[in-house]
Amino acid sequence: MAPQIHTYDTIIVGAGGAGMRAALESSKRSRTAVLTKLYPTRSHTGAAQGGMCAALANVEDDNWEWHTYDTVKGGDYLVDQDAAEIMCKEAIDAVLDLEKMGLPFSRTPEGKIDQRRFGGHTKEHGKAPVHRSCFAADRTGHMILQTLYQNCVKQEVEFYNEFYVLDLLLHEEADGTKYAAGVVALELATGEIHIFRGKAVILATGGFGKVFKTTSNAHTLTGDGMGITWRRGLPLEDMEFYQFHPTGLAGLGILLTEGARGEGGILRNADGERFMERYAPTIKDLAPRDIVARSMVLEVRDGRGAGPNKDYVYLDLTHLPAAQIEEKLPDITEFARTYLGVEPTTELVPVYPTAHYAMGGVPTNVLGEVLADNDTVVKGMYAAGEVACVSVHGSNRLGTNSLLDINVFGRRAGINAAEYTVGAELKPLPAEPEQAVVSMVEGLRNSTGHERVAQIRSELQATMDSNAGVYRNDETLAQAEKDVKELQRRYRDVAVQDKGRRFNTDLLEAVELGFLLDLAEILVLGARNRTESRGAQAREDYPTRDDVNWQKHTMAYREKDGEGGYKIRLDYKPVIVTRYQPTERKY
Amino acid sequence: MSTATVQEHVETSASGKAGIEMMTITVRIRRYNPEVDAAPHWVDYQVTADPTARILDSLHKIKWEQDGSLTFRRSCAHGVCGSDAMRINGKNRLACKALVKDLNPTKPITVEPIQGLPVLKDLVVDMEPFFQAYRDVKPFLIAHGNEPTRERIQSQKDRDRFDDTTKCILCAACTTSCPVFWADGQYFGPAAIVNAHRFIFDSRDDGANERLEILNDREGVWRCRTTFNCTEACPRGIQITQAIAEVKRALITRRVI
Repeated sequence: MAPQIHTYDTIIVGAGGAGMRAALESSKRSRTAVLTKLYPTRSHTGAAQGGMCAALANVEDDNWEWHTYDTVKGGDYLVDQDAAEIMCKEAIDAVLDLEKMGLPFSRTPEGKIDQRRFGGHTKEHGKAPVHRSCFAADRTGHMILQTLYQNCVKQEVEFYNEFYVLDLLLHEEADGTKYAAGVVALELATGEIHIFRGKAVILATGGFGKVFKTTSNAHTLTGDGMGITWRRGLPLEDMEFYQFHPTGLAGLGILLTEGARGEGGILRNADGERFMERYAPTIKDLAPRDIVARSMVLEVRDGRGAGPNKDYVYLDLTHLPAAQIEEKLPDITEFARTYLGVEPTTELVPVYPTAHYAMGGVPTNVLGEVLADNDTVVKGMYAAGEVACVSVHGSNRLGTNSLLDINVFGRRAGINAAEYTVGAELKPLPAEPEQAVVSMVEGLRNSTGHERVAQIRSELQATMDSNAGVYRNDETLAQAEKDVKELQRRYRDVAVQDKGRRFNTDLLEAVELGFLLDLAEILVLGARNRTESRGAQAREDYPTRDDVNWQKHTMAYREKDGEGGYKIRLDYKPVIVTRYQPTERKY
Repeated sequence: MSTATVQEHVETSASGKAGIEMMTITVRIRRYNPEVDAAPHWVDYQVTADPTARILDSLHKIKWEQDGSLTFRRSCAHGVCGSDAMRINGKNRLACKALVKDLNPTKPITVEPIQGLPVLKDLVVDMEPFFQAYRDVKPFLIAHGNEPTRERIQSQKDRDRFDDTTKCILCAACTTSCPVFWADGQYFGPAAIVNAHRFIFDSRDDGANERLEILNDREGVWRCRTTFNCTEACPRGIQITQAIAEVKRALITRRVI
């Protein structure tokens, strides 16, 4: 049966914060469809907790230049500084826009938007922590997601819920210029394939935390948007930089906001020592996440971990007034109670780093346009949010800057995509545009192989946790590379049990695993290739930052290997430096 | 039906607590695939579970190790995305917030779809009627007059007034636990009223009268019979029955306070 073809100006893939922020702009200016494999309000933006930084200066003196400096330094000087400057400047309006849309921010006694401290955010270039994070208790992401969805309802944005986009359609002109032409999607409810033709495509599909076992990410965060882009021959940038959030609930990985430390929470080892005083004497527990996560791992390795297996540390909130915890941190205290049976007002909470956020992704410029190499734009193709790499986060994102990123660059992508569609033409579709998706889906459905999706996925997650975690070295990464290759080979023999069409989540998980395997390989290769430690990449065998050789972005390309398969080629892209020359990072 | 609890072995649980005794539990799931089944039916699965783990973990274990066709929605797995509302042991809960130990695992744990919405497959229901009711109450800020340059000022007291109803994650546990909704699918249902309340009592909003008129409809707040099912079902602890009562009071007094 021939697939249904839908035609729009702008097609947005993903309905989390970035996708919906883009939709609010593009739907005012162009005929827009938003496709999501979930329902919009299920997106993982809703799990963000602690806030969104902007130099409003509502609580104390602050300005966007300090915010830019902190972002660049936090990212260990791999941040493109022009992009960081834009983000931190536009942050102020981004927060005010959300308030005007109805977001119920927590308030100061004067009724202004309240602000709290957060890791790596400082005043006067690192002198002391600053109140910069605008928040709504510890459910800021929930409020952002709800507010954006509410405004999409108000604006009658057209959603295709539970439509899983599995391919990107590109068109190449005779001169080699690439254009977005549309996407191919699987309707989960029916199993039917749909083609969405559009002049512009915005990717906003989020991250791929599920390559790891212990992660704060949702089950659905499988890097689909990066995967389809990659498979269409477009590069991915800085994939080796994957952030581990210091405070995941031990063993579970469920996120406990950095805002807990912003409110005065303290990390302690088994001896009760406030160990961050040794690692970051000035801002201690509010050091950036890469530094805190590494410090926690070192404490455990040196035998100062807590618990029966000495494999975690404690987050201590017991000295905070119960009323403050109740008002500012209600959700995370409930998580600790529900999932660990721990009462945070009187007991220490077991925590350990959890895989959290991809700094890398689909390379874009500051307009949100996707890049085919270091400079060339894919016309009509945009990306925003965690799927994208602008790069405002460099090698280590500061807390709250993701909620900021989705709002600033979601908005930019939405405006720029819609403006591009005015006067642009629909590009021709390839013959049988659905063919690649049909053969992938039917191949999985009809496979008679003996491998199980869950088995391969769990082996993938195990090797990534063991060998590509907070600390890496050439040996562990070589092991991970070997394991991933072997799992990719076994994946070709994977079969699903559910052969039906309707809501086939068995098939869905098999497709998702394919993307995870692709992305894990790129992450590991990039990490192995980068012989330095910078931000989230901590190499035991190369413990220092090497600006001479490595102050550059990694660009991974998928190329034919001449034997019917594909190989990964690594190349580089210069970092844009405007006002901040790299210096040693001290906190 | 065997309901024995078997201690299999002692291992470290998911939560890092040593010495947790794993147990074998029976999960009795209401299965229905309209592509092949004439009618819904119950199927029992035996699965090894850490009592401190989530029912969602057991559902995953069944899907991943026993029957890949078992179908349910889930995403965040810690109670914030609202995907996995199900009727578990006769009560609406999120599968990711219901722990095995809290469900009397010595007996079969029943899992069925939330009620009152059409079942599409197994535990997956059609959410469209639910979201339509939500959209019908105008769940967005309606503010007249000029926008301020900076943020609108709102006192902490005014912000607190509607805090409870901002917590809603649209999981539908409340609406699909409501006997009025079961009997009359056109009733807006608790979740829509909660989301109307969130704006009616927001000091920045000017749309209270519009929404109150919508909820004054014969399918509106007056259908509520205060059975408190919704309040008990809410995984976010929202005082839903109270919120509905406040909307009723606002309709009677025509005052929003």
